[in-house]
Amino acid sequence: MSAVVSPIREPLIEGGKSYHQITEDICSPTERTPSTAWVLAFIVAVAALAFYVFCVAWTVWVGIGSWNLNRTIGWGWDITNFVWWVGIGHAGTLISAILLLFRQKWRTGVNRAAEAMTIFAVICAGQFPLIHMGRLWLGFFIFPYPNTRGPLWVNFNSPLLWDVFAISTYFTVSLLFWYTGLVPDFATIRDRAKGLRRKIYNFVSFGWTGSAKHWQRFESLSLVLAGLATPLVLSVHTIVSFDFATSVIPGWHTTIFPPYFVAGAIFSGFAMVQTLMVITRKVLKLEQYITLSHIESMNKVILVTGTIVGVAYLTELFISWYSGYIYEQFAFYNRVMGPYWWSYVGMMSCNVLSPQIFWWKKLRRNIFVTFVMSIFVNIGMWFERFVIIATTLARDYLPSSWSYYTPTWVEVGLFIGTLGLFFTLYLIFARTAPVVAVAEVKSILKSAGDQYLEPNAKHYAEATKEVETTA
Amino acid sequence: MSRENKDVLYGLYDDEQDLLKAVDQANAGHLEIMDVFTPFPVHGLDPKLGLAESRLHIAGFVYGALGTLTAFLFMTWVFTRDWPIIFGGKPYWSVPAFIPITFEVTVLMASVGMVVTFYTICGMAPGIVNPTLDDRITDDKFCIAFDVTGAEDADKDKLKSFFTASGASEVNTKTI
Repeated sequence: MSAVVSPIREPLIEGGKSYHQITEDICSPTERTPSTAWVLAFIVAVAALAFYVFCVAWTVWVGIGSWNLNRTIGWGWDITNFVWWVGIGHAGTLISAILLLFRQKWRTGVNRAAEAMTIFAVICAGQFPLIHMGRLWLGFFIFPYPNTRGPLWVNFNSPLLWDVFAISTYFTVSLLFWYTGLVPDFATIRDRAKGLRRKIYNFVSFGWTGSAKHWQRFESLSLVLAGLATPLVLSVHTIVSFDFATSVIPGWHTTIFPPYFVAGAIFSGFAMVQTLMVITRKVLKLEQYITLSHIESMNKVILVTGTIVGVAYLTELFISWYSGYIYEQFAFYNRVMGPYWWSYVGMMSCNVLSPQIFWWKKLRRNIFVTFVMSIFVNIGMWFERFVIIATTLARDYLPSSWSYYTPTWVEVGLFIGTLGLFFTLYLIFARTAPVVAVAEVKSILKSAGDQYLEPNAKHYAEATKEVETTA
Repeated sequence: MSRENKDVLYGLYDDEQDLLKAVDQANAGHLEIMDVFTPFPVHGLDPKLGLAESRLHIAGFVYGALGTLTAFLFMTWVFTRDWPIIFGGKPYWSVPAFIPITFEVTVLMASVGMVVTFYTICGMAPGIVNPTLDDRITDDKFCIAFDVTGAEDADKDKLKSFFTASGASEVNTKTI
């Protein structure tokens, strides 16, 4: 019984792999001593992380005054970074949940690493609202718990509180989804290991046996979690956009924000997945599992979401003019022509213009172009958040309180520091866990492995040739 | 959890298609399969083994509904009974503003509840050591296991001949 697959489908697993070879290829990087490249990258990442800890300590010791925020501009790099990281944290669950519901087989090659990236990005995002409080140790005030002040509850009508619920739910659900997928793969590593290593992997694999009933429940659980995570992904960035959209600031108070933010989040998330995948597949020699076809699929998503974001930018401009409301019109005039014009240019060129090169198949399948583009998009999406936040606040209703904002070294350090945190976590993940979902890749081998697809494709080619000659 | 040791006779197959055929043969010969272990979910196996559909998703629905009620009723209680405050001239019971948190708590409770239930009913938890038959089951071998505790040699021979006939690449016994 071979699966019926369209002959023009490209194989997703190359190199004529057997089940054992798949295990070997994906698990062996966790069993080798780390390469020099990994050690160097880890040192850099940990150094950045140490700098992050220093900057947080500085912020707490000196106070938020060590940042350049002022009465007019109360949100600067901090919230920009927060929204940027949350956005990046959207690709993983999108890949694993939405593509699972749509039965897209190419997700199996990239979902594990993308989900890990999601979790790490959300960890980075969560840092900023906490640090921004200034008094970190009072962070638990944001949760509704019976307290001795009444109890005085949190404001359930505030989008900022909705955000607390959205981000913490998203983090928890993504973590559970990711970890549950990892359990059978940890069991695979466990069964290859000896001694202490075996004990450790037995601990993290929860005693998985691979029984048919367990697999059945596992699939049922994955499907329902995917069904729950899909609206969740969309809700998270919708709620993040409510932080802005429900305020009465011109330029923020727009109904387009939720879909525009969600598209932007998927856009930036896929860009970060590309950045990491291009390097990971090369370093861990996983080119036969994360193929050009995977990269092309993701580039298509980048092209589509980038264009949606572009349409949203233009719609905003049009509607501000069409509204006939001078404050709204000024807000957008100011975005394009005001003191922060350069960030608007950065946003437009990186997010809207540059992804258009992916209309060409040749460029979509070019590794170098993909990598450069992914960096462009990461930068562009950071600019987008900066444009929305700082530009808008710098020119509010009263010209007397107009202001300009540049970050201090502490704020820049916090941003670089979270990059350190992110890459430290990712590098540890790449050393200790299978970067590609082993069991899932095995389950698509018969329908997507090249040795099974090739005869199919050859037969198709011959058949069409015959038709052509007879015609 | 204390349980008695079992003697298990098991055969390993190299491909999921061989496994499916073997399960059919076992069913035809009225052999009582204890369990089947595979490196990945093999589709079409559950009906052959007579496994009823998992009811995990029903549990998920119940947890979700509990989450919806918890969040909505709690916010209602806080803002209408415990400490009513007027925000922006809106009514105390401002239902639309409760929707986002109600949704998030629904998803949270459904997911956490389902995952905890999954591990509990599968007898899995951090640090639990469940006996496994062969290390290659999580790699590339597909295993059919029979419980032969206290079985007579004739029965064991029957099972062994079944494994040979159905193309098992290895047949072993293990006490777990």
